[in-house]
Amino acid sequence: MSIEPTIPLGTARVGFRGRIHAIAAGRVAAGMPAPELERRLIELGFVEGADVEILHQGLFGGDPIAVRVANTTIGLRRREAMAILVSVGA
Amino acid sequence: MSATAPAVAPSAPSVASSAVAPVVASVVALVGNPNCGKTALFNALTGSRQKVANYPGVTVEKKVGPLTTPAGRTVRVVDLPGTYSLRARSPDEEVTRDIVLGRTRSDVIPDLIVCVADASNLRLVLRLVLELKQVGRPVMLSLNMMDIARKRGIEIDTEKLARELGVPVVSSVAVRRGGTDALLAEIDRRLAAAQAATGTVWTTPDATALRRAQKEADRILASVVKGQGKPDGLTTRVDAVLLHPVAGLIVLLAILFVMFQAVFAWAQPGMDAIEAVFHFLGALVERLPLPDLLKSFLKDGLIGGVGSVIVFLPQIVILFFFILLLEDLGYMARAAFLMDRIMGGAGLHGRAFIPLLSSFACAIPGVMATRVIDDRRDRLTTILVAPLMTCSARIPVYTLIIGAFIPDREVWGFVGLQGLVMFGLYTVGIASALAVSFVVKRIIWRGKSGEPFMLELPDYKLPQVKSVAIGLWMRATIFLKRAGTIILSMMVVIWVLASFPQPPEGATEPAINYSLAARIGTAIQPLTAPLGFNWQINVALIPGMAAREVAVGSLGTIYAISGGEEATDKIAETLGSQWSLATALAFLAWYVYAPQCAPTLAVIRRETGGWRWLWVTFFYMLTLASVAAFLTYRIAVAFGGG
Repeated sequence: MSIEPTIPLGTARVGFRGRIHAIAAGRVAAGMPAPELERRLIELGFVEGADVEILHQGLFGGDPIAVRVANTTIGLRRREAMAILVSVGA
Repeated sequence: MSATAPAVAPSAPSVASSAVAPVVASVVALVGNPNCGKTALFNALTGSRQKVANYPGVTVEKKVGPLTTPAGRTVRVVDLPGTYSLRARSPDEEVTRDIVLGRTRSDVIPDLIVCVADASNLRLVLRLVLELKQVGRPVMLSLNMMDIARKRGIEIDTEKLARELGVPVVSSVAVRRGGTDALLAEIDRRLAAAQAATGTVWTTPDATALRRAQKEADRILASVVKGQGKPDGLTTRVDAVLLHPVAGLIVLLAILFVMFQAVFAWAQPGMDAIEAVFHFLGALVERLPLPDLLKSFLKDGLIGGVGSVIVFLPQIVILFFFILLLEDLGYMARAAFLMDRIMGGAGLHGRAFIPLLSSFACAIPGVMATRVIDDRRDRLTTILVAPLMTCSARIPVYTLIIGAFIPDREVWGFVGLQGLVMFGLYTVGIASALAVSFVVKRIIWRGKSGEPFMLELPDYKLPQVKSVAIGLWMRATIFLKRAGTIILSMMVVIWVLASFPQPPEGATEPAINYSLAARIGTAIQPLTAPLGFNWQINVALIPGMAAREVAVGSLGTIYAISGGEEATDKIAETLGSQWSLATALAFLAWYVYAPQCAPTLAVIRRETGGWRWLWVTFFYMLTLASVAAFLTYRIAVAFGGG
């Protein structure tokens, strides 16, 4: 188990690069049960070990964010991105 | 029927070209992630011979098209809505799941599943292939857009990929002649092998299974693909502007502005030409040696009525041209991304943007496109407000009234007043939709946190001429069919009502005042008088239930019969002299909210699975229309417009 510091992707700024450390859907008050949120994130490619980069964000509240995961770009809200724990630097 | 029964489709009337050719058409289903070029491949395989209307926006319903393979096999190709997994999170994905699993009771049970992949974006689709393998039907993978992948320096070892996945892999370029040869040959080989479907071992995967499958897909990807990591340079550069928080929104507004300007400016020559043709036909009928009554039927009823609707074909084609183009470019997902927070403020989901934009063309594809929204409440809210978007059927009504009552002059030196009023009507429609969804979300469904917004932003692709052309052709055909059936029959009804009974000998008033139409219109007068409507409007509103634009033709017929011979060509002038400004404005206000469109109500009933939401939609729109027309009329009268 690595002990490097992790942060929720939902708090990161545009330009952030990192690697997914864990999916922790239980810590997010999303509009769906945690297991369902976890499955949806995985189906869009958010799995442990994948490289991520925040490319863009919206005008109001910096929301939603456009995230590059491996070689696809996904748009999602920061609230759901809180479930993605990332280690800094990649 | 059991899900594991051997899949045999009922025979289509086909001519067997040889003794060995099967008499039943095999079914090949195309499955893949959204935006993988599946529909382009479908178009390349089946041409324009598709059975189901290809609504722009997104594929939310299966489409079936015929194909004859090089070996002479008759195949029915089914294009399914894009999906990331068979778990079916939204109604459009349920269509895909049910057909792939053979659960559907329709006649399309696939003999072969072709998983279509964007060769430059394989990561997520490889996991889908692993899932499809569990279904127990023959599966193959077609790497589409190989040309683009190669140009970007992506090298794929297809033989190794086939070994790793355990399914045949071919590459294809949907948009190039001969680009589907390898795919067709493999389809023939697979169908000839005639593997029967085995029992399915697919079960709804949990997070652990999904994670394991994605890691397996990642491992395969790393071992067979070189150069996949680099992002598309062009997309990155374009997105720097189009997804910029400020510039992106400005560009989006500019695109919408150009789109609506084009609908009016570019369409004019085409509309003039169509008008000239119908005018010529009317003049031709006038010279025929026929009884006056028959002449009136042909000229006022048929030619005048149908012509006044067909004239709007150019505007509708241009509107759909923009929507198809934006969709094919890959811009629609960006628009949803940019609008998510803004629409969220009104209680709408970011994904509602695409259905609502489609509703500017017609609420029917708009309501159908809401299937991409997974959450039922979010979807119902969108369905409720979709008919408030100014659909193309309202354009004839707006154009007519604005042309008759709003002076054609410029304000602030450069903006046409007529165009400004039109823009205002669109804005009122949008503002009302946002207000209604706000009320629905806050009052009816309060206390529920919203559905997550998660959407892939695909790389930009050059739109294909053929694909856009097929889409436009489909839309134009649907519109003309409507004009030839619903609208035509309504016109005949209106002409009969307006012509019979004939006036008595020595009648002094215009003939129409003795007709059934006048009696009906006068009978409901007490209801609509507070809105400033006269009996002619009342008569036009009733057939307008079938299709909004019928109201224009109806008014044309009514006023043609009531007076001047040339009135059909000059409805606007006639209205200008017979209606007060207050009445005209009240009529416009009514039409912003008018619930009269039976096809839209029918599709709402079908999509929501019951009568309840049909009636909710009908009554809330009727209420808004009455209130808006009443207020507009009273205010206009108070300001001297009566």
